[in-house]
Amino acid sequence: MIVTAVVVPGDNVDTDVLYPGKYINILDPMQARLHLFEGLDPSLRDKLRGSTALFVGENFGSGSSREQPASAMVASGVRCLIGRSFARIFGRNAVNCGLPAFVNPTAVDAVLDGAEVDVDLRTGVVRIGERDFESAPMQSVPKEILAAGGLVKWVRTRSTSPRS
Amino acid sequence: MSETLVQKIISRHLGGKAVKPGDVVMLPCDVVLGNDASTNGAIRVLHEMGVDRLPDPSKVVTVADHFAPAKDVISATLLKQMQDWAQEQGVAFYGQGRGGIEHTVLIEEGWVVPGSVIAGGDSHTCTYGALGAFGTGVGLTDLACCMATGMFWQTVPDTIRVVFSGTRRPFVRGKDLILAVLAQTGVAGATGSVLEFTGSAVVDLSIDDRMAVSNMAVEAGAETGFFPADGVTAEYLQSRANRAWSAEASDSDATFARELHIDLNTLSPQLAWPHLPGNVTAASEADTKKVDQVYIGNCANGTITDLRDAAAMMRGRQVANGTRMIVVPASRRVYKQALEEGLLQVFVEAGAVVSAPTCGACFGGHNGVMAAGERVVATTNRNFRGRMGSPEAEVFLANASVAAAAAVAGRIIDPRELESAA
Ligand code: SF4
Repeated sequence: MIVTAVVVPGDNVDTDVLYPGKYINILDPMQARLHLFEGLDPSLRDKLRGSTALFVGENFGSGSSREQPASAMVASGVRCLIGRSFARIFGRNAVNCGLPAFVNPTAVDAVLDGAEVDVDLRTGVVRIGERDFESAPMQSVPKEILAAGGLVKWVRTRSTSPRS
Repeated sequence: MSETLVQKIISRHLGGKAVKPGDVVMLPCDVVLGNDASTNGAIRVLHEMGVDRLPDPSKVVTVADHFAPAKDVISATLLKQMQDWAQEQGVAFYGQGRGGIEHTVLIEEGWVVPGSVIAGGDSHTCTYGALGAFGTGVGLTDLACCMATGMFWQTVPDTIRVVFSGTRRPFVRGKDLILAVLAQTGVAGATGSVLEFTGSAVVDLSIDDRMAVSNMAVEAGAETGFFPADGVTAEYLQSRANRAWSAEASDSDATFARELHIDLNTLSPQLAWPHLPGNVTAASEADTKKVDQVYIGNCANGTITDLRDAAAMMRGRQVANGTRMIVVPASRRVYKQALEEGLLQVFVEAGAVVSAPTCGACFGGHNGVMAAGERVVATTNRNFRGRMGSPEAEVFLANASVAAAAAVAGRIIDPRELESAA
């Protein structure tokens, strides 16, 4: 799908700057999105118009398990993240919220803020200008969860018996 | 086939199926933890999942800590909702005045035993590694999934072995050991891995010191960080564990991704500078700028050991003019013990404030948050920008002796300096 690239500069962008702790008692993503990026650069919020993809650095989303950074991104029209790498819990939360987080450092190097790019949300291939950038392959379970549209839908479509 | 401890734990939870790093499994959990920041979101998600009654409430524990005592009406409503829900579902609930900070509480109350798998709606669930458990943090949708199905998706991690050798020097605690680890790994160096803490120095580490170490495994990006169970663990759990357990360890010929060595003979008190837990130097290398507040508390470093260390620094001394000090015992048990030992009196006489157990200002919630331009020395685990209040505040992380010495001196100093001045 065609999305607008929004570059979030820097490495180790943590959940405290993405969504400060004092707001973690706000549960509604539509309300939470009003505080997204508050500790980093609130003007990034204004760039989230229409369908967007966030291009991010190393270890994005490190820190807290709070889910508002991911759910508020979904509520703001972010369709996927393209990053150098993701912190563990943030990466899980994104997938669980149905938000693909692709590891694709060369695409991050190539992109310009505000560019229109074409992302295949299933395969993670990012087309910037005339070039295709392949994302690192995603593991089976997160892929299934994303295909289902998030963890809630995935759980609903499965039995609750253990499997491995 | 030789296996690491984490492979053994995961494999046993899958009925003996062998696993290797990189495999994705649905991992059954023995205990599921929620707090007042994550449980209410999970309740909402459970509704969306169509789950009205938890299949196994006996595994679920809830703790009121982040915003307790309630800081405002929104928080009070969430705390009430969690309490009502816990009662209706029949899950354990530690409320105001009964528990304290979740990780301290679950460890003290016997919910954590070696080899168990614990998923918690809080990133510092890795603290349970102090007792050899695979504790790991998850978000609220994952938390709801654990409550609804008893499991979560997990990639089998590889293992980074951390070898502690030598003998601890004065004023060096678990906090300094993990800060020294972070100085080597950085804040993402253990992503996709578990840290396994071993070596000849480990027998000398109490459970309180081990909690401080395991607690910050997530700050290295790790899934968790654990100490294989030993005699210290067994003794701690003797009158506490709420279920049976047995000790396990990595096979001697298991494959490790990496090995780090920390020699305690040369390790001095450490200090993490703003705004990353991996920005570590010796505390003696601090500058001389004024410290506005000292915060002794948090899930790993609000233990009785920390309060004793801080009180030893404060006894007969005063908090410096222009500096504030706040002491937050991590749990009711710690509070009571400190009261009995006269530690709280030492703090109050020195001009410090003693608070009820809460997460409070550790995450910038309430109860001691910082203004722009202020500096705080805290025994907490994160010093990200804005973590304890204003994004223009500076948070330094250190052990309780270093923090208390800073309260007396009004600036950061090596506690040995304060002792020699006395
Ligand atoms: S004390 Fe701080 S780090 Fe620990 S659970 Fe509470 S907010 Fe999180």
